[in-house]
Amino acid sequence: MTGAAPAEPLLAVERLSVDFTTRQGVVRAVRDVSLSLRAGECLAVVGESGSGKSVTARALLGLAGRTADVRAEILSFEGRDLRRLSPGQWRKLRGRRAGYVLQDALTSLDPLRRVGDEVAEPLEVHGLASRDTLDEQVIELLAEAGVPDADVRYLQYPHELSGGLRQRALIASAIAARPSLLVADEPTTALDVTVQAQVLDLLKGMKDAGTAVLLISHDLAVVARLADHIAILYGGMVVERGPAAALLAAPAHPYAVDLLAAVPSLDGPVTEPPALRSAPPAETGCPYAPRCSLADDRCAAELPTPVPYGPDRMVRCWRPVTDETGRRPRPAPPAQPAPARGRAVVTVRGVTKRFRSPDASWRTAVDDVSFDLMAGEALGLVGESGSGKSTTARIVLAEFEPDAGSVLLDGQAWSGLRERDRRARRSRVQLIDQDPLSSFDPRFTVERVIAEALPGRSRGDAARRGGRDRVVELLGEVGLDAGLLGRRPGQLSGGQRQRVAIARALAPNPEVIVCDEPVSALDVTVQAQILALLARLRREVGVSLLFISHDLGVVRQVCDRVAVMKDGAVVEIGEIDTVFRSPRAAYTRALLAAVPRIDAGPAAGKLASAMDLKGPT
Amino acid sequence: MPPLARWLSRRLALTLLVLWGAATLAFVGMRLVPGDPARVIAGGVQAHATPEVLDAIRERYGLREPIVVQYAVFLGRLARADLGESYQLNQSVGGVVLEQLGATAALAAGAALLGFALALTLALLTAGRPRARALSRAVEFCAISTPNFWIGILLLTVFSFHLRWFPVLGDDGVAALVLPWVALALPIAGVLSQVTREGLERALDQPFALTARSRGATENRIRLRHALRHAALPVLTLSGWALGELLAGVVVVETVFARQGVGQVVVAAVNGRDFPVVTGVVVLAALCFSLINTGLDLLYRVVDPRMRQAAL
Repeated sequence: MTGAAPAEPLLAVERLSVDFTTRQGVVRAVRDVSLSLRAGECLAVVGESGSGKSVTARALLGLAGRTADVRAEILSFEGRDLRRLSPGQWRKLRGRRAGYVLQDALTSLDPLRRVGDEVAEPLEVHGLASRDTLDEQVIELLAEAGVPDADVRYLQYPHELSGGLRQRALIASAIAARPSLLVADEPTTALDVTVQAQVLDLLKGMKDAGTAVLLISHDLAVVARLADHIAILYGGMVVERGPAAALLAAPAHPYAVDLLAAVPSLDGPVTEPPALRSAPPAETGCPYAPRCSLADDRCAAELPTPVPYGPDRMVRCWRPVTDETGRRPRPAPPAQPAPARGRAVVTVRGVTKRFRSPDASWRTAVDDVSFDLMAGEALGLVGESGSGKSTTARIVLAEFEPDAGSVLLDGQAWSGLRERDRRARRSRVQLIDQDPLSSFDPRFTVERVIAEALPGRSRGDAARRGGRDRVVELLGEVGLDAGLLGRRPGQLSGGQRQRVAIARALAPNPEVIVCDEPVSALDVTVQAQILALLARLRREVGVSLLFISHDLGVVRQVCDRVAVMKDGAVVEIGEIDTVFRSPRAAYTRALLAAVPRIDAGPAAGKLASAMDLKGPT
Repeated sequence: MPPLARWLSRRLALTLLVLWGAATLAFVGMRLVPGDPARVIAGGVQAHATPEVLDAIRERYGLREPIVVQYAVFLGRLARADLGESYQLNQSVGGVVLEQLGATAALAAGAALLGFALALTLALLTAGRPRARALSRAVEFCAISTPNFWIGILLLTVFSFHLRWFPVLGDDGVAALVLPWVALALPIAGVLSQVTREGLERALDQPFALTARSRGATENRIRLRHALRHAALPVLTLSGWALGELLAGVVVVETVFARQGVGQVVVAAVNGRDFPVVTGVVVLAALCFSLINTGLDLLYRVVDPRMRQAAL
């Protein structure tokens, strides 16, 4: 990206728009999007769910669907006008000239077919392999994508592979025909950080070998590692576009600023997440106006035109952020009162849990785990998938009985009891799940979901006898208004649902809330809001949190202490700053090193000035 | 013991249990029907048999023993695969059934094949295509809601009496089998096609179908190589039901088309209170059903590799 060689871009998109005709009317998923991508470069398209980033990617492959109306002034790839392609020509292009990697490899690879058959499909479809050499080619491709023992793996089924290997197999199938463009739609979202880092390295290797990579992501930190250019989408529009380093160092659009600020960082001071308003994108005027702290009447009325902003940059905003107006360092949160560490609420001692595998062998999920959760404390439990953190949480919730060891609640036995003896104290420990939608009865209203958890009321009567006041109060505590009382879970946004889940967990005045990946399904700006809410509730209500997450940055935002788990055992436990600054266990170091950071990757050098800007003053 | 063998032996035990249950139900059912078996054997209620003849018959068939003893004798014979003697045909039940089994098997197997083929073709052609689907659904609902015998009569009227393409009655060769096959297959095809299409559409909505498209696969390839296997799972589940329908339909269709077969034997046996024949056919049908379902469960594991690991 020296800019010296203005070669013809491989992919050029001018004023792309995609409309979907639904029963409710026309949905304008993508509006006026312009992009370009050269060979050997990576363009990242970043936005939250519903921003139109996936639709953009699919439109470029002719996969937007039958109900989509795709229009563009220019839509060219390798010098061909994609607007004029027949279905047959599209098929010849897909898989051959442009590969596509979807998010979740478990569902993106056909679960009923062998991995090798899936990787071989592009070769078969495009007649690139003879029967004799097909197996060899597939094994080679898998090995190239970093799948160890490829000659064994290619005969296995997707469910027999780990998430990382599945994603590699999916990438192997996308690059099988050596396409010049690779479109990767959230290729690392479901993966652990260490695996995520490996997959990003794999994509980087392809980029360096001359493949153009169009990377779709909701995560600026992931993108920072790979992207040469970034386009930020909001409400179906590119709100800002530019070279990655410059954009990350000094974002100009208020949304880009908020997005960047919402990424939980591993270093620097823990800052109060910005108080972001949540509102759907506006139909008229600037789509971000309803959420923008800088918006004025003009923003609400008139759609901004894209304006150049520095070299090679564009921003679609009437009031682009300058250092004076927006990129101020965020304030530190009110000092956490040092939690009184006197009393342990939950005591876990030598807990071990084993499960029977399908092949009848035993697997130790939790291995001799001990820790204390103090009153008013937030303890983080981090580790990769399969590290036993969720099983530990379920044992603290007394959903599983430990095979060995014990759990005490307030110094009294909690494990090893009959359910009947535990029931009276059940309400003291509450759970917030990753996906509240599946933990709510879809036919219940919000009021009923929360009222059900209120103490000492028969469920049906809660609403009628003053329970409503308490429900409204709880909704207020989590930042929702009473207007939502009559809604059903399916009508709420992801952030609203998680707030309702928190309100429900608070309803019986618990001493402990177990949060199992409470924000991992949320967009990063919503995630920041929920984390801020949890931090505030802990200060105000004084409840203890056992906070399970695979995301170290998230844990740092909320917790006082952290326990790092690996293969069922706690490898390190301590004060969060100590553990993050000087980790003792090698595994903790590896975990920390793998976390994507904004200041890493191609942008690293140029971000020095930005760090001054964002650092504490 | 390897898991598969363990699973199979358990299924075998279950099959025996099912057979015992079916035999017992048939035994009890036939004893609950009013009427003296001895009179039936002697030629029906109208026939005037002397008390001596009736006594002799009761003696010979063990009808004077207490019911518990009769039941024990019946089970004992069953355990030796002896289904007893027909009351009316002067033949062993096994012989009677075996004689007719070929014709019925040809009818049922052909109808099953035709039904599945129709269902798959229709579903593959109409899945994900709203207009074709609407039309196909209308036809399927007609097929499902029309009884076998009525379809049979319509087919006979049109193709045998008017067009004279197929023989009206008789057992001679494939030509005579075509209309019975169609009559049996249509209702089954109607249901299976709906289930297959729904399975196909669900599969075509999955990310792996999108991935296959992104590799440049043609629509046909995606349907045949990817989606069809996924659709096969619910179809397998329903196949057990479909085969049950088939067995019931055989009785009706054989009557409508005046064909020889196990169905006709059952109808005659029920009318004539020929207990051993009815019981024998019930037990054989139960055996057939159990074996087919075991086979289907094995097929599941072939189609879905995820099932192979699951606890057996």
